[in-house]
Amino acid sequence: MGPERIRLSGITKAFGALKANDHVDLTLHAGEIHALLGENGAGKSTLMKILYGLLRPDSGEIRINGRRVSLPSPQAARAQGIGMVFQHFSLFEDFTALENIAIPLEGRIADAGLRAQVEAKARHFGLAIELDRPVHTLSAGERQRIEILRALMQEPQVIILDEPTSVLTPDEAEALFATLDTLASEGAGILFISHKLEEVRRLCSRATILRGGKVVAETDPRAVSAAELAALMVGEGVLELRPAGEHALGAPMLQLDGLSVAPDGVHGVALQAIHLTVQAGEVVAIAGVAGNGQSELYAALSGEGGRVTSGQVRMAGQDVTRRDINARRALGAAFVPEARLGQATLPQGPLSENVILSWHATESLGRWLLDTVRIGTVARNVIERFDVRTPSPDPLAAQLSGGNLQKYVVGREIERKPQLMIVDQPSWGVDARAATHIRQTLLDLAAKGAAVLVISQDLDEAMAMADRLAVMHGGHLSAARPVSALSRAEIGLLMTQGESPARGAA
Amino acid sequence: MEMLPFILATVFTAATPLLIAALGEHVTERAGVLNLGVEGMMIVGAATGFAAAVLTDSSVFGIFAGALAGMALSAVFALMVLVFATNQVATGLALTIMGLGLAGLIGQGFVGQPRAAIPPVSIPLLSEIPVLGKAIFTGDFVFFLSLVLIGFVAWGLNRTRFGLLLRAVGESHGSAHALGLPVKRIRLVAILFGGLLAGLAGAYLSLIYTRFWSPGMSAGRGWIALALVVFAGGHVWRLVLGAYLFGGITVAQLHAQAGAIGLPSQFLSALPYLMTIAALLFLSISGRKGAGAAGSLGQPFVPER
Repeated sequence: MGPERIRLSGITKAFGALKANDHVDLTLHAGEIHALLGENGAGKSTLMKILYGLLRPDSGEIRINGRRVSLPSPQAARAQGIGMVFQHFSLFEDFTALENIAIPLEGRIADAGLRAQVEAKARHFGLAIELDRPVHTLSAGERQRIEILRALMQEPQVIILDEPTSVLTPDEAEALFATLDTLASEGAGILFISHKLEEVRRLCSRATILRGGKVVAETDPRAVSAAELAALMVGEGVLELRPAGEHALGAPMLQLDGLSVAPDGVHGVALQAIHLTVQAGEVVAIAGVAGNGQSELYAALSGEGGRVTSGQVRMAGQDVTRRDINARRALGAAFVPEARLGQATLPQGPLSENVILSWHATESLGRWLLDTVRIGTVARNVIERFDVRTPSPDPLAAQLSGGNLQKYVVGREIERKPQLMIVDQPSWGVDARAATHIRQTLLDLAAKGAAVLVISQDLDEAMAMADRLAVMHGGHLSAARPVSALSRAEIGLLMTQGESPARGAA
Repeated sequence: MEMLPFILATVFTAATPLLIAALGEHVTERAGVLNLGVEGMMIVGAATGFAAAVLTDSSVFGIFAGALAGMALSAVFALMVLVFATNQVATGLALTIMGLGLAGLIGQGFVGQPRAAIPPVSIPLLSEIPVLGKAIFTGDFVFFLSLVLIGFVAWGLNRTRFGLLLRAVGESHGSAHALGLPVKRIRLVAILFGGLLAGLAGAYLSLIYTRFWSPGMSAGRGWIALALVVFAGGHVWRLVLGAYLFGGITVAQLHAQAGAIGLPSQFLSALPYLMTIAALLFLSISGRKGAGAAGSLGQPFVPER
């Protein structure tokens, strides 16, 4: 191991009440490929943005090559020899590859001199790039090579890669690993952010594991099993929920039969032959790292997006594959999307008017003029029954805190007396009290005989609520199994590697 | 045939203010800022330029004063959209309304006063070319300045480092910020440049084109300049072509009013806008995303900290 390049000590950064980084320590040596592991929201990206000068830490110390530095801007970080390859590419779509590389290089333009240098660098690292094509015509792998070349042009001593393989094919990922090995052997320190355990074990000699903004372990990933790493990442946590008493399960309310969906955008995930059944009276949870197809699944369930290429969605026994969200609501389904403002509610509309958004599908709210008395009554009932704290009797949706707005949205749907409730991220960005309240509400709904499907990135939440649990990975959904029969380590493996055919059959 | 040089000269005079204002707005929009206040900045430039020219008895000084007045007004716009991240469309419209009022106030004591023409400049030798030489190579100095500006803008945007950064900021301010480019500073420069040119275009109107001041004399030319930028779809050469085309239409409209052309003049007034719609349609059908506009055009930029 070479000399110490970077030492972070006691880095703390808070966004409002949320501590994204809490006294984080990390050391990186020359020639080392160091993994930064953690679930979504564990604080990995925040830490790297601090190291790249995009965010300022509230407290803590950054030392580069032993000297204490402050990094007020990415230019300052680059001047200290730090390069970054972003997760969501920071490329300019209408520009050529060469122009993209020129932009962060002080004093350079996309001219013949730069071209010669870039080509030499690309040859050295075996990165094939067409420099004159506009970026929007390139594949994800080609784009990433541009990002990497751009970082390399500044001769960095430290390179940060934020989830670099998330959009790559396996072959492209292998090529990337070869490049990184070359770089490390030439003395660069590499910080590799990932939640894919196998590639971390293949590539990295050290790993720092973050959970909830804190460092929970620093270890050699090759010396411990993937299961142990997964357990460190997801951690243990208790949630005080009153479990539903014994109750009988009823007819299947939601059936997905080999549902395959092509995504809308280029960065979307294709859903691959998904099978799932949710019966009346049970709670099924779908866990998984964000961006593995959960949003696409929610859109397919609500009928809002994606192109179904094969398979069926059945609700209350009827085929609704080609029917819109209102037809699905008419069959007894209710939906709570991930985005509270803008999708679940109109931010600048009062809570009473927001009742209309879902209720119009099944209820009469006035023929010519709005039945303001009725929607007002509904809103008041929801506010009372579901403990929504409001600053005034009928506030605008945007005036509520995240937790209270979520309670309102969930309550609004439950007031419709659904037989099938589909909730995407029930407590994302919600304080612990409200989160427990919402989970309890959904458990009670199932106890009264409704089928409940919860999509959650929060594994604690998924395990606490679900009778059965399935894991989404790369557009595939594992078989739903009783939570009592699953260990945390098993779920962790499913989240990071998906279901291998052998284990699925076992 | 002996009419042609004369007609060409009037077309150039009509097109020059459009071209100058549109060049400025083009740069602003390349940086991702939509400033709908061109009309307002133009008329303030016209009023201030004319007032300054009368007070100092120098039309040349007036031209520069007008340009600076346009820039001052654009600084107000920059403060609003960059510092307070206000909605660019609303702020730009407010700027136009404010500019129209402000110009009326500034020009109050100067209505109807005539100004002598600025002596024209002739390029030696070239202006001796038969038929067209005199039309193209004899003109006021701002006309020649506008030709220089075409080259300056095209070269500056495409061949210089600052132009590269400016276009990058316009294409995606999020990416630009992630790379550490000074998004707001670059946009400030672009907005001020746009204001400077809009003011210059206005001063051209009151001191060279008509040579008197009357309230509301910009008569929608700021909007035509905006339409031109859309029409150009991101290409300076198309902007130049469009400016002379629209200038030609303006002249044709005057002839139509005099009854020399068998088309209603109202139709000709509408023609620049109809052509802009046609150009938008064409750009949209040809499948280029955003019809050639900068990627983050009109979106407020608020970095996380």
